[in-house]
Amino acid sequence: MASTTQLPVPPSRVTADPAAAPVARTKGPGRQRPNLLGGVGGWLWLAIIIIPIYYVVITSFKNQAGFFTSNPMLPAPEPTLDNYKLVLDNNFVKYFTNSVIVTLGTVLPALAVSFMAAYAIVRGKSRFLNWTNNLFLLGLAIPLHATIIPIYWMITRAHLYDTLLALILPSVAFAIPVSVLILSNFMRDVPNELFESMRLDGCSDWAMMWRLALPMTKPAVITVGIYNALHVWNGFLFPLILTQSPATRVLPLSLWTFQGEFSVNIPAILASVVLATLPLLVIYVVARRQLLSGLTAGFSK
Amino acid sequence: MTSLSSAPRRVRDAGPSGWLAAPALIFFLAFAVVPLIGVVFLSFTSWNGLGEIKLEGLSSWTTVLTDPVTGNALVVTAKIMFFSFVVQAPVSLLLGVFTAGGQKYRAALAVLYFLPLLLSSAAVAIAFKALLDPNFGLGPGFKLPILTQDWLGNSDLVLFVVVFVIAWQFVPFHTLIYQGGVRQIPASLYEAAEIDGAGRFRQFWNITLPQLKYTIITSSTLMVVGSLAYFDLIFVLTGGGPGYSTRLLPLHMYLTGFKANDMGAASALGVILIVIGLGLALLLQRLGGKNRNASQLEGA
Repeated sequence: MASTTQLPVPPSRVTADPAAAPVARTKGPGRQRPNLLGGVGGWLWLAIIIIPIYYVVITSFKNQAGFFTSNPMLPAPEPTLDNYKLVLDNNFVKYFTNSVIVTLGTVLPALAVSFMAAYAIVRGKSRFLNWTNNLFLLGLAIPLHATIIPIYWMITRAHLYDTLLALILPSVAFAIPVSVLILSNFMRDVPNELFESMRLDGCSDWAMMWRLALPMTKPAVITVGIYNALHVWNGFLFPLILTQSPATRVLPLSLWTFQGEFSVNIPAILASVVLATLPLLVIYVVARRQLLSGLTAGFSK
Repeated sequence: MTSLSSAPRRVRDAGPSGWLAAPALIFFLAFAVVPLIGVVFLSFTSWNGLGEIKLEGLSSWTTVLTDPVTGNALVVTAKIMFFSFVVQAPVSLLLGVFTAGGQKYRAALAVLYFLPLLLSSAAVAIAFKALLDPNFGLGPGFKLPILTQDWLGNSDLVLFVVVFVIAWQFVPFHTLIYQGGVRQIPASLYEAAEIDGAGRFRQFWNITLPQLKYTIITSSTLMVVGSLAYFDLIFVLTGGGPGYSTRLLPLHMYLTGFKANDMGAASALGVILIVIGLGLALLLQRLGGKNRNASQLEGA
């Protein structure tokens, strides 16, 4: 490096493709030429993404008269927070709390049981574990929401209808296949020698699971946790069929019911959309990388 | 806990006890496998959701299979699956390549591209319902007559509107997958191609696309199988209407069961949905060849 004689091609590149070296057809700035087509497409897509979001945000600050009279694409001449106040006064905090309870109540047990199962599947050798793993893999291929009718039947029979537990139980079950798959993929990468040396030190499987496997797969556990949390947080189908009263309403369902309650008050409805999205937006701003890697949950691993 | 003697035991091949998998297995059996059997059982019964469940033999099945609405729901499902794949696959691939580029402005754009991922389907549907309103939305805002349509009330247009909104919500997810895939392509391949004098298009065609093979399979599988799960978005956006024009299979199942109170017929529709989903997943896995990612099917 820092050589005084400027080589037309860095040596490393020549070795990368020996066939090209003698020809030396190098066009230095080839890569730097801006990709015009790509740039135009990129900005165009930005417009497609941003216009609806922009519309929702500006409209949520309009009063109802302003909504009917002003240009829909221009910000309110006199912005107002009344719509936000109306949404907050309509039990919003309760719905938010319910969402938090259901999300944590699903993700934490789902992570714990999936982690233990993944550990057993990767480290164990019994036919039973093999069969369990295949069952979970099959669960990935089946659109599980097609089973909502028997789930509704079971929940009503167990007298759990219209409780938060009714949302948590099936959500945990639905989160297990993908969680076990991803966690076991990562657990296979933990070197076997580490387990063997701990075994020689007299460690039980239970201890190895928490003291070796868990720290080694922590990023995967976080990723899977975020993935499941987002799905549960934004889930709509279970709340729709398994709950009905405001006491058990979660945020996505509350948006739908606000629509009925506020009817023509579109700015208030859109304010509820903004408020419901705000928690995730905050997380996106402070921990974008973790959130995004959690979203794809190792699909591009 | 197993008690171990302090003397090191060389090989203990048994591995951890299968009991560790038991809690996950019990949850999954109780709330996924039992319902799976239950939906088949209920399809041979009649039940209004409240009263008694009566065994009825094949009557639900004959109702469902002779009802023209079922056929229509299958056609709508196939159309939405096809069009949303045709729109989403190229757009998200190109955006994935675009956002994987190192330029600063692209990184900044990417931050905004991923915003739709934060919204729930219900939120997306409500936002577009307002935006597409012919009186107080997009059209009058930009003063463009072409944008001033009864987007959600016109049965010729509504399917494409639904496809567009689906793309708006899900392209960011697939962009993210492609971005991850592109970033794993070794830079040396491009450097070599550059030395060979290959232009941008040749590089894309001869390096990027072949290197993304498994990413394409994963993303496409998720797109196709996932389109069987577009329930909440369409439920809030159009409710299946106008008429039956956007009533796709999962929505048809829900409305049959919980609005028309015919749980038997709805269960039969659920069985059809499961068979289609499983068939598609296996077919795509076969097409994709041996690929461990292809088994990662989630109705995401």
